Amino acid sequence: MSTPEKSYYPYYSPYDPCKPIKVKTYSTPPNLYLGFQPPNLPQFSPKEALRAGTLWKPLYDPYYSPYEKAKEGR
Amino acid sequence: MWVYEKKLQYPVRVSTCNPMLAKYLVEQYGGADGELSAALRYLNQRYTIPDKVIGLLTDIGTEEFAHLEMIATMVFKLTKDATPEQMKAAGLDAHYVNHDNALYYENAGGVPWTATYIQAKGDPIADLYEDIAAEEKARATYQWIINMSDDTDLNDSLRFLREREIIHSQRFREAVEILKGEKEKKKFF
Amino acid sequence: MKQLPQDYYELLENLQAVDFVLVELTLYLDTHNDDTDAINQFNYYVKERKKIRKDIESKYGPLMQYGNSYSGNPWNWDDAPWPWQV
Repeated sequence: MSTPEKSYYPYYSPYDPCKPIKVKTYSTPPNLYLGFQPPNLPQFSPKEALRAGTLWKPLYDPYYSPYEKAKEGR
Repeated sequence: MWVYEKKLQYPVRVSTCNPMLAKYLVEQYGGADGELSAALRYLNQRYTIPDKVIGLLTDIGTEEFAHLEMIATMVFKLTKDATPEQMKAAGLDAHYVNHDNALYYENAGGVPWTATYIQAKGDPIADLYEDIAAEEKARATYQWIINMSDDTDLNDSLRFLREREIIHSQRFREAVEILKGEKEKKKFF
Repeated sequence: MKQLPQDYYELLENLQAVDFVLVELTLYLDTHNDDTDAINQFNYYVKERKKIRKDIESKYGPLMQYGNSYSGNPWNWDDAPWPWQV
């Protein structure tokens, strides 16, 4: 399976005015990798699907803010 | 024609009285990559796209209106009881003098919606590639709004909307494959 | 003004869940028109939504109009609350 996030290490200068963010990340959601969706992919139940925002388990990619991650220890 | 259904697509909840969040959310209401742009883009392109993908553009365009109503619900709930002082503190003073607490199709910077946000090139591949890009841009916008928000209930609804962008992008990518005409030969591109 | 009971929110979420499956299957079938399993599943949930919708409308009034729902007497389509108010 693919990973939903990639990171890179931008160059930073000793003269940068703000504290450098040494690792930057960006989303690479599963739709970038699936190709033409094959039949019979695993599904969520209707209630789970509504909460997830998709019926298809392999396409589920929840996004949390840094604030939420810190709060829930993700 | 369209028929309205008296329900939201997803049960939207907002837990904090924070009009500042409304200012960010209008980006997805009347912004370039917002839900209004999306709905109007797809429902306009569909007249001149090959028959095989008209259904997809119609159905995704229609779902975008459901998302527009969800965003409107969030903005409405966040601002309906806000006083002029609270609107001012939220950076919505310029909005207030023109609109009171009414919703308006504008972006987070107060720029009104314009048809220049959307294109219909009449070339199916160009149009579908624009649609894929629009979904990815909307997905990114939801990420940045989630990063600015500490309302967990609101973020729950925004996560739903972000996931829908992923699914729509997936389907538009499949539509491109269908139009390339090698669906069977090239199941996994 | 009378507020809606918790039952309304629960029933509505049941409908939202089933309708969401139908939206997802619709978009899937738009690009996979020969998937018999998905079509059967779609038709199954069409039946499910009819039941839930009937239950909600009998308690809380019409969900659609222009003749897609029966009316109460007096006309109750335009009764508050609207979806953004609940």
